[in-house]
Amino acid sequence: MAVDEGLKIELGKQGVFVTTLQELYNWGRRSSVWPMNFGLACCAIEMIATTMARYDLARFGAEVFRPSPRQADMMIISGTVTKKMAPQVVRLYNQMAEPRYVIAMGACAISGGPFKQGYNVLKGIDRYIPVDIHIPGCPPRPEALLEAFMALQKKIDAQPLTGEGRPRHLDADAPGEFPVPAQGEHDLEPAANKNVWTVPVVIR
Amino acid sequence: MKTLEEIQAAIEAAVPGAGVEIVPNPAPSGEHSLRLKPETAVEVATFLRDDGELALDYLSNVTGVDWPDKEIAEKVKVTRAVTKTVDGVEQTAEETVEETRKRVEPGFLEVVYHLFSMARSHGPVVLRMRTGNRSDRVDLPSLTPVWRSAEFQEREIFDLYGVVFKGHPDLRRILMWDGFKDHPMRRDYVAPDDFEYEPTPHDEVLARAQAHRAAQQAAAAAQEGTGQ
Amino acid sequence: MTNPATEYAAGQGIGDARLDGRMVVDPDSGTDLLEVAMGPHHPSTHGVFRMDVALDGERITRLKPVFGYLHRNHEKLGEGHTYLASMPYTDRLDYICSLTNNWAYALAVEKLAGQEVPERAEYLRVIVGELTRVQNHALSVGFLIQDMGASGTPLMYAFREREKILDLFEALTGSRMMCNYMRFGGCRVDATSEWLDAVRKVVTGLPQFADEFEQLLCTNEILMARTQGVGVLRPELAVSAGVTGPALRAAGVNYDIRKVDRYSIYDRFKFKVPLGEHGDVYDRFMIRLLELRESIKILEQALKEIPDGPVMDPKAKIRNFRPKVGEAYGRIEAPKGELGFYLISDGGPNPYRYRVRPPSFVNLTILEDMCLGHNVADVVLILGSVDIVLGEVDR
Repeated sequence: MAVDEGLKIELGKQGVFVTTLQELYNWGRRSSVWPMNFGLACCAIEMIATTMARYDLARFGAEVFRPSPRQADMMIISGTVTKKMAPQVVRLYNQMAEPRYVIAMGACAISGGPFKQGYNVLKGIDRYIPVDIHIPGCPPRPEALLEAFMALQKKIDAQPLTGEGRPRHLDADAPGEFPVPAQGEHDLEPAANKNVWTVPVVIR
Repeated sequence: MKTLEEIQAAIEAAVPGAGVEIVPNPAPSGEHSLRLKPETAVEVATFLRDDGELALDYLSNVTGVDWPDKEIAEKVKVTRAVTKTVDGVEQTAEETVEETRKRVEPGFLEVVYHLFSMARSHGPVVLRMRTGNRSDRVDLPSLTPVWRSAEFQEREIFDLYGVVFKGHPDLRRILMWDGFKDHPMRRDYVAPDDFEYEPTPHDEVLARAQAHRAAQQAAAAAQEGTGQ
Repeated sequence: MTNPATEYAAGQGIGDARLDGRMVVDPDSGTDLLEVAMGPHHPSTHGVFRMDVALDGERITRLKPVFGYLHRNHEKLGEGHTYLASMPYTDRLDYICSLTNNWAYALAVEKLAGQEVPERAEYLRVIVGELTRVQNHALSVGFLIQDMGASGTPLMYAFREREKILDLFEALTGSRMMCNYMRFGGCRVDATSEWLDAVRKVVTGLPQFADEFEQLLCTNEILMARTQGVGVLRPELAVSAGVTGPALRAAGVNYDIRKVDRYSIYDRFKFKVPLGEHGDVYDRFMIRLLELRESIKILEQALKEIPDGPVMDPKAKIRNFRPKVGEAYGRIEAPKGELGFYLISDGGPNPYRYRVRPPSFVNLTILEDMCLGHNVADVVLILGSVDIVLGEVDR
């Protein structure tokens, strides 16, 4: 049940704080998103720069970089995912506990970027795992990563706890594991996870 | 530093029958190179490293180069005897015809070594070696026993070009995964067709994009056929 | 068709060895060894690099580096692009020092095509190149200490200085990291006098930063205990293995390409080449701090002497650039070692062969030799002291 906004402000003046369970729960979740300490390529340096004094990611409650996927809430795919690395990225994602989020940082993680024509470059990590936020740029500036954090926080804030659109960890039917691609003789097998990714329609 | 001719003479004196050829380089850089015979390469390399005056103790760079089979069309003037019937009498006359002949120059894989001297601060001396062909005679002697720095670079050439270095201590794929079968840096390697092309004005890319779309539609049609 | 290369590999019994905490017996001593795959995801700050190590207790008995997790097909793409189109790709080789990569590539192409570079452009190249070296050395020392467990503080000092230098790069080239600044026969844009003043201001502050950094770190007891005598590299092995850059000079070999080749205008500047004595991690760490100070000296001289004039050779061809048939190998002293580009031209608009000689990759040849007999915790430290960037190792 939603509380009337005016009443809420009025009660707040009296020192009574009223909220819903959903708001409280999401406020807690969004304010301590711990990223995984996981850098792939060029963007990782900008990711580190974001955590340093000038940009100060700590303002968003996300400065605690965890080396272990078990303790992390969010994975920043910071750089080119190669076909040799892709199975490990999916495996790391599988090892993370729900709720978990993915930010695809930079052109390479989104689509292969400038290296798209390479034989060993995966054309976007969203072929294997669901991505929540994409940030363009090569590499994106630290400000762009902060913007992505804020977008993710808004996304978490808006998630209902029940019904349609509830997050994966509250949905018993949602898939928890994503198949890890195998390294074949010429390419990754399968080339994409059909449940996650569909062939984009290019409008000409 | 000695000139390349002097180095060649020194090698011939130290390793009889080395058969080192000078490969000229027409670029302004003027870095001419020496082509070694694979049979004597290790001996020559050891000499270059240990010779007091050359002291090429530092192998900087090892490069693989792929030279695929080249089809060369040449116009050749051919003179041949032609029998003609003139006024009921058979005559033999010589006639010159211009013919286009195609010959295939067999391809090969090449490995290029750039040597410098740290002790005497000179260089580079460029060495090259060729394989017999691109398919079954692809082995060359490894120079890793002479210079350690060749170790990973030769593994890379083995991985990406398929040159087998005999005498290499640990010849495995280095950049691609172990089950990978192709040699992607070869010029005839076809990469997996796995991305959508952007609309582009370049003809070559457009042609590839159209081929890609046709292949995808065929695959989709085949899948529908099996599904029903 | 059978492939002799794969057959050879199969004959050698070479396959993907999966090393997930498996026990094997050391044939020599008969003791149980624990095989561990360190990486490709690991908490140190050197990217997706894997080391397969065999441990006898905590002691390393074998270490095999595994590459390729960031193999982005740089060389293959370079063969499919025009000479100029490869320039932005070189930014992404060693993504901490994009400007020196630009420089090495421009130098190789200029050698191939026989192009001249105007005076002012050479000075600008030296200025941005040395700024790059300063920020790389500060950063690599910061990362080394971070790997040691001193989480945060030294790295924050390094990044504070790096941000100042990145601001200069951004003002000059338009990008913080991927500068794409050099062209064949000069530089893309000229620097304004305001920009040069801003550089002077930053360079004036650099010695203070170096003092602060040294006071913070050099006499720290934990640092000395962890680094002195660890990962010793002998000079003969270093030369044979083609190690270049600070790691080589820490082993006591006097080889700096700025002095040896005297490329660009380095013969005009007075600077020293610091050399180490022991070749251990501490020496490699100290060499970087000393080189940082020498770079400041070069910067001060270059900023004093920079002349006016064009930054681009007016005869240089930008469009339809086709060097004549031939080949060239151009190299510079990049912050991590010798960065070389080997180009073969067949007269076309694209290079026939485009090869990068990456310093980080070749410097890793002796990683096993440096690590043997040390504790597993020292491996990360030794790796950090070699100073690698995976973009360059795997290309």
